[in-house]
Amino acid sequence: MMTAVQANGPQRIHRHKFTLWVAMGSMVMMFAGLTSAYIVKKNQSSWLEFNLPVLFWYSTAVILVSSFTIQMAVQAHKAREMGKYRALITLTALLGLAFLVMQIMGFLDLESNNIALTGSRSNSAASFLLVITGLHMLHVLGGVVAILFIFIRAYNSQEKAGSSLPVELAATYWHFVDVLWIYLFIFYNWIG
Amino acid sequence: MSNEAVLHAPAAAGSLDHGHGEHHEHHHHETFISKYVFSMDHKMIAKQFLITGMVWAVLGGLMSVLFRLQLGYPDSTFPWLEDLLGKWAAGGKISPEAYYALVTTHGTVLVFFVLTAGLSGTFSNFLIPLQVGARDMASPFMNMLSYWFFFAASIVMLSSMFVETGPFSGGWTAYPPLSALGDASPGSKTGMDLWLIAMALFVVSQLLAGLNYISTILNMRTKGMSMTRLPLTMWALFFTAVLGVLSFPVLLSGFILLIFDRNFGTSFYLSDIFINGVGALPNEGGSAILYQHLFWFLGHPEVYIILLPAMGIASEVMSVNARKPIFGYMAMVASMFSIAILAFLVWAHHMFVTGLNPFLGSVFVLLTLLIAVPSAIKVFNWLTTLWRGNIRFTPGMLFAIGFVSLFISGGLTGIWLGNSALDIHLHDTYFVIAHFHIVMGVASMFGMFAGIYHWFPKMYGRFMNNTIAYIHFWVTLAGAYMIFWPMHYQGLAGMPRRYYDYSVWESFKQFAELNQFISLVAMIVFAMQLLFLFNFFYSIFKGRKVTTENPWGSNSLEWTTPINPGHGNWVGEIPEVHRWPYDYGKDGKDHIPQTTPVGADESHH
Repeated sequence: MMTAVQANGPQRIHRHKFTLWVAMGSMVMMFAGLTSAYIVKKNQSSWLEFNLPVLFWYSTAVILVSSFTIQMAVQAHKAREMGKYRALITLTALLGLAFLVMQIMGFLDLESNNIALTGSRSNSAASFLLVITGLHMLHVLGGVVAILFIFIRAYNSQEKAGSSLPVELAATYWHFVDVLWIYLFIFYNWIG
Repeated sequence: MSNEAVLHAPAAAGSLDHGHGEHHEHHHHETFISKYVFSMDHKMIAKQFLITGMVWAVLGGLMSVLFRLQLGYPDSTFPWLEDLLGKWAAGGKISPEAYYALVTTHGTVLVFFVLTAGLSGTFSNFLIPLQVGARDMASPFMNMLSYWFFFAASIVMLSSMFVETGPFSGGWTAYPPLSALGDASPGSKTGMDLWLIAMALFVVSQLLAGLNYISTILNMRTKGMSMTRLPLTMWALFFTAVLGVLSFPVLLSGFILLIFDRNFGTSFYLSDIFINGVGALPNEGGSAILYQHLFWFLGHPEVYIILLPAMGIASEVMSVNARKPIFGYMAMVASMFSIAILAFLVWAHHMFVTGLNPFLGSVFVLLTLLIAVPSAIKVFNWLTTLWRGNIRFTPGMLFAIGFVSLFISGGLTGIWLGNSALDIHLHDTYFVIAHFHIVMGVASMFGMFAGIYHWFPKMYGRFMNNTIAYIHFWVTLAGAYMIFWPMHYQGLAGMPRRYYDYSVWESFKQFAELNQFISLVAMIVFAMQLLFLFNFFYSIFKGRKVTTENPWGSNSLEWTTPINPGHGNWVGEIPEVHRWPYDYGKDGKDHIPQTTPVGADESHH
């Protein structure tokens, strides 16, 4: 009954979507702060140059593919093809987990090549890689948890005809962590 | 998305069961827990922020009284101090470790817990839905979380005062290496761990809160409430939230690197350190200045996170009580906007003497001095709002005027400090202490007091006692100047901050009596705040009752709600807005509320 009184001109963006966009702006600031610190530090003495683990290239491909799968999941949900939708979000969550595992394996790879990430032998070049990538991994993990929530909803028969808002929110966030990783990947390789 | 849907959305906590549609006042099945503890009503959350902030203000204020005792009476002993602080004041004299812990915790608590959470937390929560015309925040659940993260931060910070090695004692800015190495000082051990946890929780609280404030102001305004019809409090709180959302994450990144240095042996901030009794540390290649950059990238916007709400409150209270439209509404908005932008571009003026490139320094001087322009515009507008006004000297109004006085006095010394050449002499002296306490500390406190006195009738349906309020105002205003004015002279004479005992320094012996005087006044002013608190809590239960919806004759929307509004704020539909909130003394009418349609015979506004 309030909608008529409320609406101020054309229908605005849903408030939760809006909040998510502001939150993503906030996260951007966090990573902007860290990568700026990285640049400052790099231009000072005793910076260790090393190549990124090869696995990071594969993990980049994995997270890219997962962006496509979640987008297809949104479209499946809108088309009410619930079987396809469930399969796609399951696939997305699995790809997300695979991404996380590959990142961890990449770190182990570095350690085994005698590039210490923490501890007294560590160089801040490697520590930065760990902290920034680790924080990004936490954000991906947050996305996986979000997918888990809508996953439970998807298998709950009463929610069959639910709104597509949760999956759209999850997809927006998922694209965000994807783009964030691509930025970081380019940054590590060619900018920083 | 309608406001109704917000209240009736299946919130995750699901503890509130509200009435439907127009029957807001009737179907409340609220338990004590859901009404007073885990409340999702923005008005209750505001009161929670306010009262938690008051507890911290008393604790933080008491700390300043204790270290002022040491500064004012360095040769005396006070046996009762040993009863209060135990081994930290053996023989009745505060130990150096305790002194530094008190100074550090005073700073942290006042800046973050009182003037950030207590000020913008209280008034954003209380005023945003009421003044934009919304039933509650965009996400009441996130709003509740934001308070409980703050509460958790408070508990952790409080507990740090009771650990064996004491709370963190390396200054509220927590510069490494003191903050990064447990062996550096007693306070750098468990106390610092707890400090970091508390601050991380606090950042989460502020982010949750800020997202909500922004989303509510931009998305939940009632019909007719265009952005330029918002009261200036809304603009101020909006810019405050934007600053917080963009700068707190950077502080968090700085803290995360600090945690790695503390706990995982990395070298982000540490290099070539030798600790007496421990030996040389293996850390190499780190830069302590890097932390300063990350810290002050938040630290400077933080100043405006503290000040902007006070500016907004002062503008609103002043216009209502001068019975005049605020002078230069758009100029006020534009100057707050430019302050918000500049806030991000001046952080290195805290670092002029760190070996910063002098050329870079001069850029920061220019940008810093630019802040004088919007600040001067605001002062001009406040003074012209008062000019030929029909002023009612309510306690809220007095504090709003006091705010302007303090903002001018403290702002002018900012122009001195913004010059990198002068800063070589003045940095880390009492001149800096005097500057930021007046312009940010006391001025924002005055904004907060103005807000509390002005909106107390809306919060509790009663008035505070005016006589006590007037005593509170005059003693606090005079006291604030008597405390901080002399510090300018001390600072010009080169007296450094953070020293434990100035009486042993030939250059500063001359200030012994002055220091005593400052300490004495500080104690009186502190006692006066207790009187204020008595007034506050007494009036909640026994104050004179509010009998009309709009006791101040104010135009903004919060005064169209019932005297004691329930969750949902308005009974029935949310009113529609037809005009800006500052139609005072227009066309011979004393005031025209925002809900009054524009009449045919009305002059243009």
